[in-house]
Amino acid sequence: MGQYFHSVTLDREKCRGCTNCIKRCPTEAIRVREGKARIFEERCVDCGECIRACPNHAKSALTDKLERLADFAYTVALPAPAFYGQFRRTSTPEAVLRTLQGVGFDDVFEVSVAASAAAYAIRAYMSRETYARPLISSACPAVVRLIQVRFPSLLDHIIPIESPMEVAAAQARALAVAATGLPEEKIGLFFITPCAAKVTAVKQPVGRTTSRVNGVVSMSDVYGLAVKRLKDNPVGQSRQLATASGIRWGRAGGENAEISQGEMLAVDGIHNVITVLTEVEKGRLTDVDYLEAQACVGGCIGGPLVPENPFVARANIKAMADAVGDRALPFGPGELEAMYGAGHFLMEKAIPPRPVLQLDDDVPRAMAKVELLESTVALLPNLDCGSCGSPSCRALAEDIVRGLAFETDCIFKLRERVRDLAAEMKELAEKVPPSMERPAIEPKSGE
Amino acid sequence: MPGEPTSPVLTLSFKIEGRDFKASGEASARIKRTLEQVGLGWDVIRRAAIVLYEAEMNIVIHAWRGLLRADISPDRIVITAEDEGPGIADLSLAMKEGFSTAPAEIREMGFGAGLGLPNIKKHSDHLEITSEVGAGTRLTAIIIVPVNATSS
Repeated sequence: MGQYFHSVTLDREKCRGCTNCIKRCPTEAIRVREGKARIFEERCVDCGECIRACPNHAKSALTDKLERLADFAYTVALPAPAFYGQFRRTSTPEAVLRTLQGVGFDDVFEVSVAASAAAYAIRAYMSRETYARPLISSACPAVVRLIQVRFPSLLDHIIPIESPMEVAAAQARALAVAATGLPEEKIGLFFITPCAAKVTAVKQPVGRTTSRVNGVVSMSDVYGLAVKRLKDNPVGQSRQLATASGIRWGRAGGENAEISQGEMLAVDGIHNVITVLTEVEKGRLTDVDYLEAQACVGGCIGGPLVPENPFVARANIKAMADAVGDRALPFGPGELEAMYGAGHFLMEKAIPPRPVLQLDDDVPRAMAKVELLESTVALLPNLDCGSCGSPSCRALAEDIVRGLAFETDCIFKLRERVRDLAAEMKELAEKVPPSMERPAIEPKSGE
Repeated sequence: MPGEPTSPVLTLSFKIEGRDFKASGEASARIKRTLEQVGLGWDVIRRAAIVLYEAEMNIVIHAWRGLLRADISPDRIVITAEDEGPGIADLSLAMKEGFSTAPAEIREMGFGAGLGLPNIKKHSDHLEITSEVGAGTRLTAIIIVPVNATSS
């Protein structure tokens, strides 16, 4: 492992070196080299687009296995709101939660509950602080990393409030300590994740030094076991506490719906997020107070580790939320206000930029490389076929300027060179030394 | 900062067509990407991106055709937007926030709020506009790169 941890990894055996992933990657982080995909770790934001794009299932997410539960005396599952979307309306929200106890966790604490608490903190921040508009949600770690890599000038727009996952972990640990009397380190908190980005957010967080979460288990891994438990009509003491609005965070628009303050805008799908962030960068959306931005189409229910179809999951989320209805949170406004005042919701540190586009540390040298880049692009066919292993002709030109590729990596340029060489060889082949030259045959008269 | 810069200059220029909303914003996006590759510091790039975009959109919205040009050097970015178009009758009025001559159909599209020129002025260190009614407008905006402001 280098400077960056990445959940998204490649299975070299399965990779056939096709160009599907390099074309879908929003940060141009993948190249095909020696017949296999290679990820530039400084560019990867763990959005998981390549996991979805790969027809050979060669891309996957590193997650913790359930065996890790044995490392702790007491374990708590922290299901992402999207977990509710995996079950049909025939299941009750309580039964869905109890399946997690059947899978092996001692207790369950819904991230949906923390989402409602985070919404309180976001509203408080919006009405009390001065900030650059629009504020951008910190909930999706792939979007936060996308901003670090591609939009560093917008880092100060990210609301410095912790994601619902971190808020949930703080609350769940306190509750578990109170319930068991165990020391904090004996309690294992496991996030049930819809995506790879959340794994990275735990293993290498950006707004804090270490995550409060101990492990991250894939929703797909848990799902099969949970469904089996559901048939056994599970019993358990975990109380279902989330309100309808907390559950709706699982799908796009749910976050804004719960915050519901000022001018709001919501965008989902990482390529769509890029278009909206580009607008923000141009200074066009300064009339917007809050921007919900999620890397996956449909929101977290569209995550690459989510088993259920996202459109079905959206209907399921609605059914679960309706079944629960609007009700009081397990903590009153006074409690939330005290937590906000004590800084419980705030990130510990600023999010640093991770700029990757600069061609050289020295500005004049970088300028010279830009000139070279532009002249190289002009020579390439600009068909963006991807056969060279770079996602576009412009990306290949960048790679050439950075010394990572050659012009003849382009099959069209290579063919041109072969054709020119062939023409030259033909010309040379026809040349003979004067000593061997034959006189031209004169046509016979009469013919 | 009078005088010609002695350091190298990188020049990019793009033709802009009036009312071509499909391609609008592409020229400023391309120049912005180049600024990121050069690495002139995030605040400078952000300000330049706003100036470039507003200048490009002014041509698209108001003019018949024009040219958007950036001369990039290590210490400054000079942005020039030159157009053939109706020109600006009253420059001081055009500089006022909220004043716009954009027609209704352009406002429908969310443009023409009268913030273009004030925004350009706000985000540049030096701004010069000359205009001739019925002929066109030439805008030159300069953004100074602070010392030690590189992106990395």
